[in-house]
Amino acid sequence: MAKEVIKTEKDDIKTPFKEFVRKFKKQKTALVAMVFILFLVILAFISYKIAPYGINEYDYNAIMQGPSAAHWFGTDEFGRDLFSRVICGTRISLSVGLFSVTIGAVCGTILGLLGGYYGGFLDSAIMRVCDVLFAFPGIILAIAIVAILGSGLGNVVIAVAVFSTPTFARLVRSATLSLKGSVFVQAAKSIGASDARILFQHILPGAIPNIIVQYTMSIGNSILTASSLSFLGMGAQPPTPEWGLLLSNGRNYMMSSVHITLFPGLAIFLTVLAFNLLGDGLRDALDPKLSE
Amino acid sequence: MLRYLVKRIIEVIPTLILVVTFVFFFVRLIPGDPAQMVAGPQATQEDIEVVREELGLNEPIPTQFVKYVTGLFKGDLGTSLRTKRPVTTEISNRYANTVRLTLLSLAWSSVVGIFLGVWSGRHRSKWQDYMGMTLAVSGISMPSFWIGFMLIIIFAVNLGWFPTTGADTFASLVLPAFTLGTSVAAVVARFTRSSLIEVLKEDYIRTARAKGIKEKVVVWKHAFRNSMISVVTVIGLQFGFLLGGSVVTESVFAFPGLGSLLIESVNYRDYPAIQSLILIFSLHFIVINLLVDILYAVLNPEIKLS
Repeated sequence: MAKEVIKTEKDDIKTPFKEFVRKFKKQKTALVAMVFILFLVILAFISYKIAPYGINEYDYNAIMQGPSAAHWFGTDEFGRDLFSRVICGTRISLSVGLFSVTIGAVCGTILGLLGGYYGGFLDSAIMRVCDVLFAFPGIILAIAIVAILGSGLGNVVIAVAVFSTPTFARLVRSATLSLKGSVFVQAAKSIGASDARILFQHILPGAIPNIIVQYTMSIGNSILTASSLSFLGMGAQPPTPEWGLLLSNGRNYMMSSVHITLFPGLAIFLTVLAFNLLGDGLRDALDPKLSE
Repeated sequence: MLRYLVKRIIEVIPTLILVVTFVFFFVRLIPGDPAQMVAGPQATQEDIEVVREELGLNEPIPTQFVKYVTGLFKGDLGTSLRTKRPVTTEISNRYANTVRLTLLSLAWSSVVGIFLGVWSGRHRSKWQDYMGMTLAVSGISMPSFWIGFMLIIIFAVNLGWFPTTGADTFASLVLPAFTLGTSVAAVVARFTRSSLIEVLKEDYIRTARAKGIKEKVVVWKHAFRNSMISVVTVIGLQFGFLLGGSVVTESVFAFPGLGSLLIESVNYRDYPAIQSLILIFSLHFIVINLLVDILYAVLNPEIKLS
């Protein structure tokens, strides 16, 4: 944020950040979603400590039981407590979502900045690669990458990162293009600021709002994709308590034990919903057009 | 117009070339020796050589590439390692099913999505809007395989209205199409709403209202048609995502389409089939994007003028 040089009327100065906070506070659903996400993050850290049962604690006397006081979400075919497994799955899904999108966002941002700023061959090369990546429907690209690298959660992270990269690259590129010609960038150039300084100090901050919105939205989406891949048998492997995998496991017992598919699905749904609602709220709060 | 058409078609060519190249190198990107990977851990050196021959990996890369591309033009996609039949046969057996499924999904989700979007948009910030948009954001947040399972449990297992698997009858298409279309309907609804809200801010809408035209006519006749220009684009783009989504949905319903074929092929490490399917999905996606762009130009009078 710009340093406040003028000391008078300090409270009346509308910095973009203050404006954002003011608007964001009005987004009640987004606030609730943010609190829920914070709760999930805390849960991800402490789930293994607070889980009533171990995630691989077999109990052959309590196989495929429905929800009860002892087992809130019921048990699976080995008598494992589903509630413990679902809350421990929070850590997996959140980290897969955060890691993959962070990698994608960082790579995409750098590519977008470079392409947009330098233009020419570099730009067309980057954009062509993005075109190719965009030419595959999202999950198909992820499946292709997993088919090359082999199944496993680590490879799912790479796959999701690869397909979220071009979105960020395009977003940041167009922001860079429009900021490149702005007066403050010209001024920085004329006093001899280095390219790196111009890119990261002057242009990048202008693209940050868009990146944040895209980042939040992408996390929800990448959690969905990652759990789909696990569901298809290409991501997490048993006995990992990954939500998509738990669900896929439940398909064999669909007729008799609905709870095995119900609860992990609910967990994915609520988590993704929270990120989408937060993304919507951030977008509305950052959108200058919506300031009526 | 014609000029624009030709320009757009020419622009697609480099992407096509790059996609084909990417897909060609796909099998060659597998870490280690792909032939050994395909032949399995127990394979003898001889078996591996046979597989190498089969995959055409024993020749220099440029020769392989030329062969691959000429094969593509002849409609030869190689032989499936799993069924030992031409991949083209495998694909054509299932192609129609996936097309039927995606088209049906697209049809219902566009109609429902547009109605929901208009309904929310014209009642902006009222309960109808909140309800519509809550539905929509839930639709994009639910994992499709979960929707599929819940539908199977409710409508197939408990009520017995629809079969759980297969693609023989229209009834067997209903649940998969519903599953596949949910997120698309949600995306279309969100987009229609924001597009309609933008259009409703225009001066000519205020004029129409000032003239005393009924709100229904203003929304459907004056605003709706203009807001549809961009909605059509979104619907078209969603078609590509339906192709991708079909992989998960088909797997839930054991639906004999291209998506489930892709999963079976990945599980069997049937690389010629995987390669061809990825190429086919991507070609469809590219062609659909192209058609959407052209449709947009046809619909949007501003592009014609320039």
